[in-house]
Amino acid sequence: MTYSKLTAVSALSLAVAGFGASAQAEDLTLCWAAWDPANALVELSKEFEEQSGHTMNFEFIPWPNFADRMLNELNSGGNLCDLLIGDSQWIGGGAENGHYVKLNDFFDAEGISMDDFADATVYAYSTWPKGTPNYYALPAMGDANGWFYRKDWFEREDIRAAFQEATGRELGEPQTQKELLEIAQFFQEREIDGQTVYGAAIFTERGSEGITMGVTGALYPWGFKYENTPGSYDMEGAVNSPEAVEALEFYKEFYETATPPGYTNSYMGESLDAFKSGQVAMAMNWFAFFPGLYADPNTGGDKIDFFVNPPQNQAGSTLGGQGISVVAYSDKQDAALEYIKWFAQPDVQQKWWDLGGYSAHKAVLESPDFVDSAPFAGDFLEAMNDVQDFWQEPAYAELLLAMQKRIHDYVVADQGTAKEALDKLIEDWTETFEDEGKL
Amino acid sequence: MTQAPMTRAAEATPPTVARKIRGLSDRAIAWIFVGPTIFLLLAINIFPLIWTINLSFTNYRANRPNREVDYVGLRNYERILTDSDIWLNMQATAHFLFWTILLQVLIGFTLAYLINKKFKGNDLWTTIIVLPMMLSPAVVGNFWKFLYQPQIGLFNYIVAFFTGRDPSSFEMLGQVNLAPWSIVIVDTWMWTPFVMLICLAGLRSIPDYIYEAAEIDRASKWRQFWTITVPMVMPFLMLAVLFRGIENFKMFDLVVQLTGGGPGSTTELTSINLKREAFEKWRTGYASAYAIILFVTVFGLASIYVKALNKVKER
Repeated sequence: MTYSKLTAVSALSLAVAGFGASAQAEDLTLCWAAWDPANALVELSKEFEEQSGHTMNFEFIPWPNFADRMLNELNSGGNLCDLLIGDSQWIGGGAENGHYVKLNDFFDAEGISMDDFADATVYAYSTWPKGTPNYYALPAMGDANGWFYRKDWFEREDIRAAFQEATGRELGEPQTQKELLEIAQFFQEREIDGQTVYGAAIFTERGSEGITMGVTGALYPWGFKYENTPGSYDMEGAVNSPEAVEALEFYKEFYETATPPGYTNSYMGESLDAFKSGQVAMAMNWFAFFPGLYADPNTGGDKIDFFVNPPQNQAGSTLGGQGISVVAYSDKQDAALEYIKWFAQPDVQQKWWDLGGYSAHKAVLESPDFVDSAPFAGDFLEAMNDVQDFWQEPAYAELLLAMQKRIHDYVVADQGTAKEALDKLIEDWTETFEDEGKL
Repeated sequence: MTQAPMTRAAEATPPTVARKIRGLSDRAIAWIFVGPTIFLLLAINIFPLIWTINLSFTNYRANRPNREVDYVGLRNYERILTDSDIWLNMQATAHFLFWTILLQVLIGFTLAYLINKKFKGNDLWTTIIVLPMMLSPAVVGNFWKFLYQPQIGLFNYIVAFFTGRDPSSFEMLGQVNLAPWSIVIVDTWMWTPFVMLICLAGLRSIPDYIYEAAEIDRASKWRQFWTITVPMVMPFLMLAVLFRGIENFKMFDLVVQLTGGGPGSTTELTSINLKREAFEKWRTGYASAYAIILFVTVFGLASIYVKALNKVKER
C-alpha cells in the first residue's frame, strides 16, 4: 500500500470512528434546582430520549443548597453535569471563569436565533457581558416574583364590608405597594372561620438569597438602581437613594406588621406552606410555583388568584428564572448541544409551557391563546416586561451575601436604620469591586 | 523464682529483626514503620497548614484559578482584625462558649452526682440521659426548630404554661435577645450528658476508703464534697471543659440548622462566618488568614488550659 493510500484509509477510519462517536447514545446529566418545573422537564425530556436515543439523567438540588452545590461543582471543574440550568446571576462567573460553553457558533450553525426569545430573558439569562451578543445559555425558564391570594376570602361579603369600613375602599387586587401593605395589615390576626390568619408571607430567609429576592420586590417599584450609570459601579446616591431608604423601611414595616409570627427565616417553601395551610391571605413567590398552587385541591382552583408585584413609583418585579448552559467540563458536549437544539424548537417550547414550565420563546408568549391559557399567564407576561435582576457579576455570590447580611440585620434583627444598612451595603460592595479590580 | 521460666522467656524472645532483614539496622526498620504515619501527618496536617499560612498573605480565590495571585502582605489580617462585624461574630462565639460550658458543667456535674448514688433504675436513667448526644446535630437542630415554633412549638407552650404569656408572643429563633439563648439551650440539652459521663467516671474513680476515713474524722457531707469530691473530680471536669470548649469553638451544624446565623448576624458564630467567606464568597486568601487567626486563638487558649490542667493533676 502506498503512503498516500495508507493516509487516505487512516483518515477514513478516523472519520468513521468520529461519526460513530458522535452518533453513539450518551448518558446525559442535567442539573437544576429541585422544584415543580423540574418535574415538568423530566416529563418533557422523555420525547428527547425517544428522538435522540440519548438517556437523560437528572440531578435536582433543593434551592437552599443549589448555588453552593453547583458553584462548587463548577469551580472544581467537575463533570457531574453536562447541562446546567443555572441561576441568572451565575452567567457572569460562568462565562468569565470558563464554566459555560459559548454558544454563538452553535446557534449560528443550527439557525437558533435569540430574536425568537423574549428580550428580557435573553438579556438576563444568556448574555455576558450584559446586553452584548455573547451567548452562554439558552433562555430555559422565564420567571419573576409575583403574588397570589385567597380569592374566596377577598370575595366574602363580611370581609369586604369590614375592609370597606376599615380603609374606605373596595377590597381587591392591590394597585400599589402601599395598598398591598394595607390589605396585608387588614388580614393580620383576623379571625376567619374560627382561625386566626395573617396578612402575607414574604421572603425573610438569611442563608442563601431569600431576603434579597423579597426586598428587591419593594426596592424596584420604588425606583432602586444598583449604579448611577450602568457599568460605572458608582453606587453612592443610587443604592442609598431616598427612594431606596423608603422602600427598605416599607419592607421592614411589612415584616413587622403583616406577617405570621416566627416568620424570620422564610423563603419559597415556607411561603407555600403558609398559604396552603390557610395561614395567610396573600403570599409572594416565584411564578414557577403558580401552576402547582392553582392545581392544589384545598387552596387552588377558584379559591386562588394571582397578581403581578404592584408598582409604587414605577413598575418593577424581581427576576427569577434561568438559562440552560452546556458545562465546559462535560465530555459529552455534542449530545448536550443536541438537547439544547431540541429544546429550542417552538413546538417543544409550547409543550414545556403546557406541562408547567415557563417558556421564554416568543412563539409561545405571543401566541393569541397564551394569555387565556392559565389564570396567571397574563400576569407573567406583564411581570416579565418590568423585571430587574440582581448583580450578575462574577463576584455575585459575595455581593449577594453582603446584601443578605445588611438587609436581614435591619429588617429582621432591627439593627440600625435603613440608611445605615444601605450605606454599609455600599461599603461592602465597593470593597468587592475594588478586589475585583473594577474600582 | 526458678531458672526455667526465665530461660524459656529468653529463648522465646525473637532475635533482633535486623538480623533477619539483612542489611537493615533497627533504626532503619523503625523508620519503615513510622515513615507512613509521618508522611500522612505531613500530608494531611502540616502541609495544608503551611499552605494555608502562605495563602493568607495573598488575594487568591479558589473559584478563579486563572486569576493572577498577588501577595498582599498583612492586608488580610489587618482587614479581619479591624472589621467590627467580625468582632461581633467573636462576641457571639464567646457568649455561646461561656454559657454552654458553664451550664453543661453545672448540670452535667449535678446529674453525675445524682446518678452516682445507688438507686433503683440507675442504669435506665443513665441511658435516657445520654440519648441526646447520640443524635445527629442536624436532626437535633431540625426538631428544636419545630419545638421553638411560636405557633405550634412545644417549648413556647411550656413557657406559656409557667409564665402565663401568649405562646406566640415571643420567638426564640427570631428575636435578637432570645436567639443567642436558644442555641445555648439546645447545645446544653445535647451535650450535657457528655460532661455528665466524664464527671461520672471521675466520681467513680474516687476510692470509698477516702470517704470512710473522712467519716471517721467526722467530716460533714458538705466538707467531704468540697475537700474530697470536687478536687478529685476536677481533672476530669477540666478535661470535659477542654473538649467542649474546642468543639463549641468549631460549632457549625447545629446553629446553621437552627438559625442560619440569624436573626441578622446575631448567632453568626465565627465558624459560620468563616465558611461563608471561604466557600460562598470564595475569598480564599482572606478566609485563610481568618482560619489562621482562629487556629492561633484556639491553640493558644488550649495550651494555657492544658498547662493549668496538668498543674491540677499534679496536686
